[in-house]
Amino acid sequence: MTSSKQNTLPLSRSDTWLIRVLAVASTAAACILVLIVLFMLQEAWPVLQRIGLLRLLSDPAWHPAEGLYGLAPMVAASLAIAAGAVLLAGPFGVASALFVRFYAAAPLASAFRLALLLLAGLPSVVLGLWGLTVLVPLIGRIEPPGASLIAGVLVLALMILPTIALTTEAALDAMPESYLRGAAALGLSRESTILGVILPAVKGSIMAGVLLSAARALGETVVLLMVTGNVVRLPVSLFDPVRALTANIALEMAYAMGDHRAALFVSGLMVALLVLLFVLVSRRLGGGWSFNV
Amino acid sequence: MRKHFAAARPAMLFTALLLWSGTVARADEARLILTGSSTIAPLAAEIGKRFETLNPGIRIDVQSGGSSRGISDARSGIADIGMVSRAPNPGESDLKFFGVARDGVSIILHRDNAVPSLTDAQITGIFKGNITDWKDVSGKPGRITVVNKAEGRSTLELFLNYFKLRNSEIKAHVVIGDNAQGVKTVAGNPGAIGYVSIGAAEFEAGQGTPIKLLPMSGVAPSVENVRNGSFPLSRTLNFVTKSEPQGLARRFIDFARSRNVDDLIKAEYFAPFAE
Amino acid sequence: MFEAVREQAMLRVFRDRGVLIAIWSAAAMVAGVFIWLLADIAMHGAPRFDLSFLIDAPGNSGRSGGIGPILVSTALILTVAIAATVPVGLGAAIFLSEFTRSGGLPGRAVGLSLDVLAGVPSIVFGLFGNAFFCIWLGLGFSILSGGLTLACMVLPVFIRVAEAGLRMTPGDWRNGAAALGLSRLAVLRQILLPAAAPSLVLALMLGIGRSASETAALIFTSGYVDRMPASLLDSGRAISVHIYDLSMNVAGGDPGAYASALALIVFLFIINGAAKWITDSLTARRIVTL
Repeated sequence: MTSSKQNTLPLSRSDTWLIRVLAVASTAAACILVLIVLFMLQEAWPVLQRIGLLRLLSDPAWHPAEGLYGLAPMVAASLAIAAGAVLLAGPFGVASALFVRFYAAAPLASAFRLALLLLAGLPSVVLGLWGLTVLVPLIGRIEPPGASLIAGVLVLALMILPTIALTTEAALDAMPESYLRGAAALGLSRESTILGVILPAVKGSIMAGVLLSAARALGETVVLLMVTGNVVRLPVSLFDPVRALTANIALEMAYAMGDHRAALFVSGLMVALLVLLFVLVSRRLGGGWSFNV
Repeated sequence: MRKHFAAARPAMLFTALLLWSGTVARADEARLILTGSSTIAPLAAEIGKRFETLNPGIRIDVQSGGSSRGISDARSGIADIGMVSRAPNPGESDLKFFGVARDGVSIILHRDNAVPSLTDAQITGIFKGNITDWKDVSGKPGRITVVNKAEGRSTLELFLNYFKLRNSEIKAHVVIGDNAQGVKTVAGNPGAIGYVSIGAAEFEAGQGTPIKLLPMSGVAPSVENVRNGSFPLSRTLNFVTKSEPQGLARRFIDFARSRNVDDLIKAEYFAPFAE
Repeated sequence: MFEAVREQAMLRVFRDRGVLIAIWSAAAMVAGVFIWLLADIAMHGAPRFDLSFLIDAPGNSGRSGGIGPILVSTALILTVAIAATVPVGLGAAIFLSEFTRSGGLPGRAVGLSLDVLAGVPSIVFGLFGNAFFCIWLGLGFSILSGGLTLACMVLPVFIRVAEAGLRMTPGDWRNGAAALGLSRLAVLRQILLPAAAPSLVLALMLGIGRSASETAALIFTSGYVDRMPASLLDSGRAISVHIYDLSMNVAGGDPGAYASALALIVFLFIINGAAKWITDSLTARRIVTL
C-alpha cells in the first residue's frame, strides 16, 4: 500500500502545518474516548470500590433493590445478540453490495442503494416499534412470549445491514478497474471474479464495515429494550427473553440512585470492554486493517 | 508567524463561542427549568405552554429523563423544579413535594382472554410462577406470559407493595419500561398479563387496542375511581423543589395545582389532584 | 482425465449458479423487508401527513397539531453536529490514511479508540454530553449541546468510512504527484479528496442518518422542549425524541409517531438526493477517471 507517508520529498511549510493540524484533529477524536471512559469510571467508581468487579460478575441475579448486582447473564446476552446480528447481516450486507455493483441494472441499483441509505437513517425507535408490533407477535405465535433473543437478532441485523452493505459498496466502487479487466482477460466468469478477485481485494474494507456494525450492535439500546423481553437470565434457546447490557442501562438509569446507578455505569464500561475485546480479536484474526491486496 | 494564527483561528473562534454562550445561557432570568419523570413531562409541558400564554415573556422549559434525575437536578439546582412520579423515599426529606395529579395502576389482559376477573391470590400465584396456564384460573387453556415492569418504576413498587411481593419472587417472561410498551406487548400476545397506568390503558382500550382492564378487589379501574380514592392501586405525581419555592417557581406550582389545568390533566388521562 | 476436467467445469458452473441465486435472493429478501417496513410506516403515517403537519406546532403532547418547531430543531442540531464532525473527522481520516503507517503506534491507538467509541451505548453519550456540555461547559439543555454530543457519537463512523475511501485511492497517483514535486497539501486537495469523494459523501450520509435517528443521546442534551427555538442555546426537541416520546410515553401517540417517521424518511430522501448531486459534481472534477 502506498500512502503519502512514503513520500520522501522535503516537507513544505504548508505541509508541516497540514500535518500538525491533522494530528490535532486525530488527537481530539481519540480524546473523546478518553473523556468518556474517565466519565464512566468516575460514575462507576463507588460501586467498583465497595462491591468489586468480582461480585458484579458472580452475583446470582440482578436485583439492585435487594443488593444483588449480577451482570454476567447480560454480558452473555449482549454477546449473543451482537454475534447473531453480525452473522446474519454480514452475508446479506455483502450480497446486497455485490448486487448493487454487479447484478442490478442501473435504475434498480440506484433504487436499491437509496433504500439502503433510508434504512440506515431510520430511527432505531421506529424499527423497535415495528419489531414490537409486527415481528414480536409473529414470533410469539411460534413460541410465546415472542419478545426474545431471536427478535433482537433479527431487528438488529436489519439495522446494521445498511452500514455493512454501503461500506462494502463504497469499497467496490473504489477498487481499481484494472482488477476487473484482468479477470475479464483471463476469461473468468462473473461469479469466479467475485469469489477469486473482488472479495479478497476488498476484504479489509468489508472487515472495517463489519467491525463498525458489530460495535454498533453491541452498543444499540432502544431497539433491544423494545423487542428482547428484558428478563435477566442466561439465554438457552433462541426464543428465550434476554436483557442486553445496554437495555439494562436504558431501562433503569432514569430511576436509579446511588449504588444502583453506579452499577449501571459499570454496565456501560462492560459494553466498551466487550467492544475492545471484539476489535482486538478481529484484528488478530483478520489481519486487521490491511489493504495489502 | 502569521500562519500560526491562521491555523489557530478556528480553534480560538470556537473557544470564544463557547465562552460567550456560557455567559448568555446564565443571563436569562424569566426561565423556569423542570426536569425528571417521563410520565409527568408531557403534562408539565402542556401546563407550561398555558402558563407561558398567560404570562408573556416567561419560558417554561420541561426536560424529560426520569424521576431520579428530577430528584438529583432539583437538589443540585440544575432544575428549578424536579418531576417525580412516586412518593418520597426516606432519604429525600430535605426536598419539598407538591402533588400535581394522581394516577392508578390496573391489571390488563388481551381482549380475547375469557377470564373476567382474578382474585388477589390468583394474581399473586400467576406472577410468582405457581400458576402457568390460563385453564387453572378458569380460562381457556394456554400458557401465561407474565409482563413485569423494570426495576425502579413506581408502578412496580405500588404493585409489589399491594400484593406483598418481592421483585425477585416474580417469574417474568417480559420486562417492560414504559406504559405504551406494556400495552403493545399485551395487545400482541393473547396469553399475556401485565399492569400499566390506568389512564393509558383506558384510552388505548377505547381506541380499539385489543386489551381489557381487570377490576381490582371489585373496584372498576377508571380514572374516576382513582380521583375519588376508591381504587386501591394509585400514586401521586409530584413537583419537587429544594427549598420552599419562591417567586416564579411558586406561581407555577400553584398554577399547576389549581383547577385551571384540570382539562390538561384529563387530556393526559390522569386524575386531577386539586379537590 | 477428460472426465475430471469436465467434472470440474460442471462444478464451477454449479458454483456460479449458486452464487448468482444466493445474491439475487439475498437482495430480494432485503428489498422485501424494506418494502414491508416502509409500507407499514406509510400506511400508519399517511392519514396525519400533510403540509400543515409539517408546519404547525404540536398540540396536546403531540397527539394533535404538527411538527414544525421539531423539524427546525432537528435541522439545527444536525447542522451543529455536521459542522463539528466534518473538520475534525476529515482531519483525522486524512491523518490516519496518509500520515501514519498502517501498523504504526499512533494510527493504531487512534483507530482502536475510534472502534471502541463506536460501541459506547448512545445513552452513555447522552449522560456524558449532559455532564460535559450542558453542565461543565455551561451550555445547558440546548441545540448546541445536542449537536456536539451527536458529533462525538458519529465521529467514529465518519472517520472510518472516510479513511477507508482515502486508502482505496491508487498509490500510483501519490507516486506520480510526488514525482511532479507537488506538496502534500496540493496532492490532497487536487487528487485524493476528489478521488475519495463518494466515500466522503457516504461517510457524511451515514453520519447524518445516525444523527437523525438518535434518541437516547439527545433526551439528556438538546432536550424535550417542543417550541420553536430562538437560538442555538435554546432547548429543542429532535424528531427522533418526538417519535420515541409519542410511541412509548404518550397514550394515543402512535399516529403522530408514524407520521413523524414518514416525515423523517422524506427528509432523508431529499438529503440523499442532494448528496448524490454533490458527489456527481465532485466526481466530475476528478483529474483521472476510474
